[in-house]
Amino acid sequence: MAADQSLSTLQLQFRRFRANRLAMASVWVLGAVVVLCFLGPYAFPFTGEDADFDFIAAPALLEWPHLFGTDDFGRDLLVRVLEGGQVSLTIGFLGALTAGVIGVLYGAVAGYAGGRTDSLMMRTVEILYGFPYVILVILLSLLFGGGTVALFAAIVFTLWLTPAVIVRAQAQSLARREFVEAARAGGMTARQIVLTHIVPNCVSVVIVYGSLLVPEVILSESFLSFLGIGIKEPQASWGNLIQTGTAAMDTDLRLLLLPGGMLAVVLLCLNFIADGLRDAFDPNDR
Amino acid sequence: MGRFVLRRLWDGGLTLVALVTLTFFVMRLAPGGPFSKNRKISPEVLENIQKSFHLDEPLWQQFGRYVWGLVHLDLGPSTRFRDYDVGAIIASGLPYSLTIGFWAIVVAALVGIALGIAGALRRNSATDYLAGTVGVVGIAVPIFVIGPLMQVIFSLKLGWFPVGGMDGGWRSLVLPVLVLSLPNIAYISRLTRTSMIETLRENHVRTARAKGIGARRVLVGHVLKGALLPVIAYLGPAAAAVITGSILIETIFAVPGIGRHFVDAALNRDYPLVMGITLLYGGLVILFNIATDIVRGWLDPRVRHGG
Repeated sequence: MAADQSLSTLQLQFRRFRANRLAMASVWVLGAVVVLCFLGPYAFPFTGEDADFDFIAAPALLEWPHLFGTDDFGRDLLVRVLEGGQVSLTIGFLGALTAGVIGVLYGAVAGYAGGRTDSLMMRTVEILYGFPYVILVILLSLLFGGGTVALFAAIVFTLWLTPAVIVRAQAQSLARREFVEAARAGGMTARQIVLTHIVPNCVSVVIVYGSLLVPEVILSESFLSFLGIGIKEPQASWGNLIQTGTAAMDTDLRLLLLPGGMLAVVLLCLNFIADGLRDAFDPNDR
Repeated sequence: MGRFVLRRLWDGGLTLVALVTLTFFVMRLAPGGPFSKNRKISPEVLENIQKSFHLDEPLWQQFGRYVWGLVHLDLGPSTRFRDYDVGAIIASGLPYSLTIGFWAIVVAALVGIALGIAGALRRNSATDYLAGTVGVVGIAVPIFVIGPLMQVIFSLKLGWFPVGGMDGGWRSLVLPVLVLSLPNIAYISRLTRTSMIETLRENHVRTARAKGIGARRVLVGHVLKGALLPVIAYLGPAAAAVITGSILIETIFAVPGIGRHFVDAALNRDYPLVMGITLLYGGLVILFNIATDIVRGWLDPRVRHGG
């Protein structure tokens, strides 16, 4: 067991994560979906916005080139779902990353600064927390003028609060530790201490909660697109594809099942991964 | 306890004021206006219409006018539904939204707690796996996928319940309530299960058992009170989730409630209606959070004395 002793906590935690079969399977499935969404469309001689007038509303026969058929405009369903996946996944990961970074920095500064700065900063967070989340997202995406960027900004703006609260609690206890005091005595500035001592020590908490942010962002995106507020036709996203699918569900279920199924699979995987990360990083939690 | 309640109410009031202010200015600053989608009308007519809604005044003056109206319990006229004021529109939609929301929370709490307890008492049994599956599906599959699927299965194929609308009495309620409660059933059953398992291991429970108290009395008298604390704490967020969901549910099931009104109003820049519904939703969420805190503080002294 000599080799084990040289492992850092982080390495140990990742080893524990890799032992979790469900979580690892989810990583592989998610990876496959990501690759499929970003590379898959290149295998077809058309894009999701090209109408094929020889195949209007073709059924899902698993025949080349329209494997899952086409929609009412003759656009290939599979390619549209894959392209929609690109949008949803990009917004999901980038959104979670941005919200995470903002939240971590905000929380670390508040927790390290303490005193009046801290109570003012956390007071702001508390007030924002009291807002009905959906209403805020809807209003903000209108403010930013609709479309992908607006949607992204609105979601990030509403989701950075949870990481901020969590990191702030962590930073508060770190700020009282000896090594931080030593750094201060050694002449490091507050900014250096926050960036080199506080933030890196919050990494494991951030990974756990950050992984929960991704499905939340993806869900918000598709939810808004479903309502007609987020990403709009002709650009595809899982939300607006599902919306189109519900309109035709009494005659043709596949328009609903393919995007809905993809979304459900991705959300399932992300939830299992988040569970696995939580178990690996914080075994006392359960 | 009195101070604790007062402080929570004060915080809630602050949140509501911030929400109203933010919503007002975000709405006005968003591109487009209530009459920008209309057919071409002459500038004079447009000017007159805007004047009648005081849209020609500077923003701060409009804000003052709105707040003044609020103080007099007047939410103003809708800019889209001529001759209706916001209060009347909300009053017509609210009963539907409240009925669905109320039953969704009741169903979620009852089913979720029951599943959680059953799972915790018989770990790794069939019930436990059933509860686990419901938990995973309810959290991961969004209601705008489950909702339409339920419509296909139970309305179109089996014909048990109406597809949408509110004309079928209790039958119209079944599907919306079921779909809306599903994510919360999932969360509540997971929460209950985890906290039950933890509480069952506590010393006081072991002592109660050692004293020879029957299994049922141990469960009801000693385990449940402690185990349900996190569940009660979740009821505030659950109410918020129900409000979120009601916007979707009312769209999917064509319910004439205020959730759908909100989306339409936001898209049509019907400023007063958006403000009115935001105020109502915000107030409800804040009240629920305060009520949750008070119940928690009453059950657990650590909450009311701590930060």
